[in-house]
Amino acid sequence: MSFRHWRVDDQNNISTVTLDVEGANANTLSHEVLDELAKILDRLAARELEGVIIRSAKGSFIVGADVNEFRQISDSSQAADLARSGQHLLNKLAGLPFPSVAVIHGHCLGGGLELALACRYRVAREDEGTRLGLPEVRLGIHPGFAGTVRLPPLVGDFTALNLMLTGRTVSARQARAMGLVDQTVPERYLLRAAEVLIAKRPKPKRARWWRRVPPWQWLRKPLRRLVERSVRAKANPDHYPAPYRILDLWQQHASQEDEARSLGELLAGRTSRNLVRVFLLGEELKRRGKKHPHGIERVHVVGAGVMGADIAIWTASRGFAVTLQDRHPEILARAMQKAHAFYRKKLKQPRAVQEAMDRLMPDLRGDGLARADLVIEAIVENVDAKRGLFTDVEARVRPTTLLASNTSSIPLEEIATALKDPARLVGLHFFNPVAQMQLVEIVRGAQSGEDALNRARGFATALDRLPLDVKSSPGFLVNRVLMPYLIEAMKLVEEGVPLAEIDGAALDFGMPMGPIRLADTVGLDICLSVAEELSGPLNIQVPQRLRNMVAAGQLGIKSGSGFYQYDARGKPTKGGSREPRNEPITERLILRMVNESVACLREGVVADLDSIDAGMVYGTGFAPYLGGPMRYADTLGDVGIRASLDRLAEEYGQRFQPDAGWLQRELFQR
Amino acid sequence: MSTQRVFVVDGARTPFLKARGSLGDFSASDLAVAAARPVLARLPFSPTLFDEVIVGCMIPAPDEANIARVIALRLGCGKSVPAYTVQRNCASGLQALSNARERIALGRADLILAGGTEAMSRAPIQWNAAMVTWLAGMMRAKNLLQRVRAIARFRPANLKPVFTLLLGLTDPLVKLNMGQTAEVVAHRFGISRAQMDEYALASHQRLAAAFDAGDMNGEITHLYDTRGHAYFEDTGLRRDTDLDQLAKLRPVFDRQYGNVTSGNSSQVTDGAAMLVLASEAAVQKHGLLVLGELLGEEWAGVEPSQMGLGPVHAVAKLLTRFRLGMNDIDHMELNEAFAAQVLGCQAAWSSDEYARTELGLERAPGPMNPERLNPQGGAIAIGHPVGSSGARITLHLLRSLQRRGGGTGIATLCIGGGQGGAMLVKVEGTHTASAAGGVA
Repeated sequence: MSFRHWRVDDQNNISTVTLDVEGANANTLSHEVLDELAKILDRLAARELEGVIIRSAKGSFIVGADVNEFRQISDSSQAADLARSGQHLLNKLAGLPFPSVAVIHGHCLGGGLELALACRYRVAREDEGTRLGLPEVRLGIHPGFAGTVRLPPLVGDFTALNLMLTGRTVSARQARAMGLVDQTVPERYLLRAAEVLIAKRPKPKRARWWRRVPPWQWLRKPLRRLVERSVRAKANPDHYPAPYRILDLWQQHASQEDEARSLGELLAGRTSRNLVRVFLLGEELKRRGKKHPHGIERVHVVGAGVMGADIAIWTASRGFAVTLQDRHPEILARAMQKAHAFYRKKLKQPRAVQEAMDRLMPDLRGDGLARADLVIEAIVENVDAKRGLFTDVEARVRPTTLLASNTSSIPLEEIATALKDPARLVGLHFFNPVAQMQLVEIVRGAQSGEDALNRARGFATALDRLPLDVKSSPGFLVNRVLMPYLIEAMKLVEEGVPLAEIDGAALDFGMPMGPIRLADTVGLDICLSVAEELSGPLNIQVPQRLRNMVAAGQLGIKSGSGFYQYDARGKPTKGGSREPRNEPITERLILRMVNESVACLREGVVADLDSIDAGMVYGTGFAPYLGGPMRYADTLGDVGIRASLDRLAEEYGQRFQPDAGWLQRELFQR
Repeated sequence: MSTQRVFVVDGARTPFLKARGSLGDFSASDLAVAAARPVLARLPFSPTLFDEVIVGCMIPAPDEANIARVIALRLGCGKSVPAYTVQRNCASGLQALSNARERIALGRADLILAGGTEAMSRAPIQWNAAMVTWLAGMMRAKNLLQRVRAIARFRPANLKPVFTLLLGLTDPLVKLNMGQTAEVVAHRFGISRAQMDEYALASHQRLAAAFDAGDMNGEITHLYDTRGHAYFEDTGLRRDTDLDQLAKLRPVFDRQYGNVTSGNSSQVTDGAAMLVLASEAAVQKHGLLVLGELLGEEWAGVEPSQMGLGPVHAVAKLLTRFRLGMNDIDHMELNEAFAAQVLGCQAAWSSDEYARTELGLERAPGPMNPERLNPQGGAIAIGHPVGSSGARITLHLLRSLQRRGGGTGIATLCIGGGQGGAMLVKVEGTHTASAAGGVA
């Protein structure tokens, strides 16, 4: 009997079970895949085999459960059943009367790792491509195929908690050090190692006694509190329940059944639904970007300031040959220093660091222009400077070279007038810090050619960033939606609300950073220039206080003083105390963002609702558990929001006037 | 057999960094990569099209075996481009160009990346032979008693290190260090300390003037370390030195009676220079701009204890072969290993007796016009990273001739062990010397 997704080959009384999910690039554990595996295991159990090897025919082992299936879950009991059937299946695997070995290469994540944990042995390929982890917490859930039960005895309690709570992945070498895998070998010995394990049947690995915590409540309770303290610093329990459920399960030394029930509740909850949706929105952006071949190998970045340097550093780390141009050698020197520090942290292996540094060439004279496939401009936000630069650039590059600007606020059409062939210019708008913010706005000027846009989309995807199509209009999507929020926060400051109060309200709402801290971090001069650029078209009133501060040289963290004062290490001073007030701070901050989002939708800055949510979550970190501003609006109901806006408009001014788009129903169709 | 013409189409060098008594920031391959990378970026063809990469290096680090291959791969030439390293002491860089030139002249290659690199500050320090023997004994010891005995054989003298750099700069047969060979040459031609110091001062002044005039811009690529520093100039250049300061320095080789000081010798430095050589066909195919033509080279042997006179012989052979006189040479780069040795070469070229007895010539070829000899300074101010100097002086010669509107020039070096090497080049332009068309 043959299967759609699995292949079973016997040799020397060892059965090799290979997963190759039909019609997919990567292996995920869908219903169908699990059902087939159950049948295979039943048949294997009835045979007298030496052992079984489980492996993958794809570039990775198994990347996890099929997240798309999560969306069909309607209630918690159905979700718990899903977990139970998975647990049952893996218990079958664990209970086979002969040894089982998972042969792991590439990504081995979530349910895939839980499957490997159910095997008696694990062998991993020792290279940079192999990553193991349990990233469920990032989708607002926790392992559900007995991972929370099987992991602690294997790697020790604290290591297990760390892996599950952070969702981080580890390399093969780290995995072996912590006991997650038995052996790491090069590709050429993967099967040999598995066969030797089957033949010799060594005692399965277990964490040493001192890394285990006995299941005594009087001991686990205080330990849990200790761990919980660091979890609280990262995740608000009201917004993100999953890490706290992981701690519950651990503290109670929970059974597989407890795990299934807990997972069921999480999967059916709001947080997980929104996080899964946000994840799928990101995957969709990636998928769209991947369709387009970009034909880019050599990238020339002009301007080695914060953004230019970060773009160049990230681009080189993704395998492109990058030349970074600046007029000032000291600035290039700083960029190279930063690059080296970043690569050392990210890549660790000296040869990998050297390779990345060799790909990134500081280029005072623009030698890299001659053969560049893409030029990214990241110089000062000044139309004339950019025009002048692009005129020079166009004269020195090949006719096929794609040109891009990282401008955050200047209309692309104005820059394009400097070019003989304006169709080749697009916007590639990255966010700070580039290595962390996944979004790249692909800015479509009226003059941008479709071919140029497609190459830009493909390139952004190759950078492992998420390309989001936006129209060239002031502020594009992210800055435009963010600016009213920042301005409102500054207004609150002017009204005498303590800084801690304002930032605290935003943090409580679920923003990753308060608006005042964000303004200080971005730089008040940059905030002011974007605000002024947007003030005309969006009718934004730039707060006088902001102008005064910039004039006085108070630029935020970089100058040591902004709204907050900063010490030498960039730590802010306290921004006053928090006490209950009547001011609707959160409402004023967030509704301005939501209202602006609707304006963007009405003006066609982005194609649809989903684009706004994806853009704001991946570009600014907008409360992911709420699923983005439009999803949030959906939860509250548009009638209620309009009523709130009307009320705020009456009290605080016309800037809260509900956008005309709220009445256009067709905009809100998904 | 007809030979192909060989052109240099581009090249660059790093600033030369004076060794400060500890490991420099850059390995020899780092330096070569930094020098070649901007050149490869601006050339219109992919570095995978090179037929070969040839690099001169005298003391590569132990983790840079066949450093040319390391450099080629780091530069993105790809796995298919073969590469090899050449070692001819101080002329290793010139040897690399010579090999490349011959390959192209023979029609066996069209595009070659060639040059030299050296990180003298990183020359390894090794255990001495006694220590190696002792360590081997320790390894062989099986049981406790044997181990105790082995340990007991240890002597403090075992810890005395071997400085490979000092060994490399000492003639292996006559056991004179390079500075002492300069003392021998100085003695032979009666060159005084004052003459040496004057020459050394001029070297610094000439280099400083070249930097100030912006003449080095096209040749030097900036160097960036990982700690946020950028290097634009050769760090051994002393803009503030004068004859008084130079006179105060004590001789370092023959400490009691000698005249050769660190001030009138070339400096121990790290640096690289890389050039791109192309056949006529490659120039046409890729539309390359030609910098100049390499016409040919000569090598000669001399008494190892007077190795500084090597250029006298190599240049004489070269002039004879191409039927040129010293007057036909518009520009000469004679590597300044020591002021005494440069002045010694001039003295030898001026001497009819030397010409008769040592060069087998009727008359002396005459000295090189001092105004046209190293007119923008040399290794005394710039430094002499041994493996790269040959490539550096050839590159500078070509750029200088181009700046003056064309001409004929010679790049020549003395070579530790008693040799000399010289390369004849021609740059087309408004001004071209008369008789540089001869072919051997």
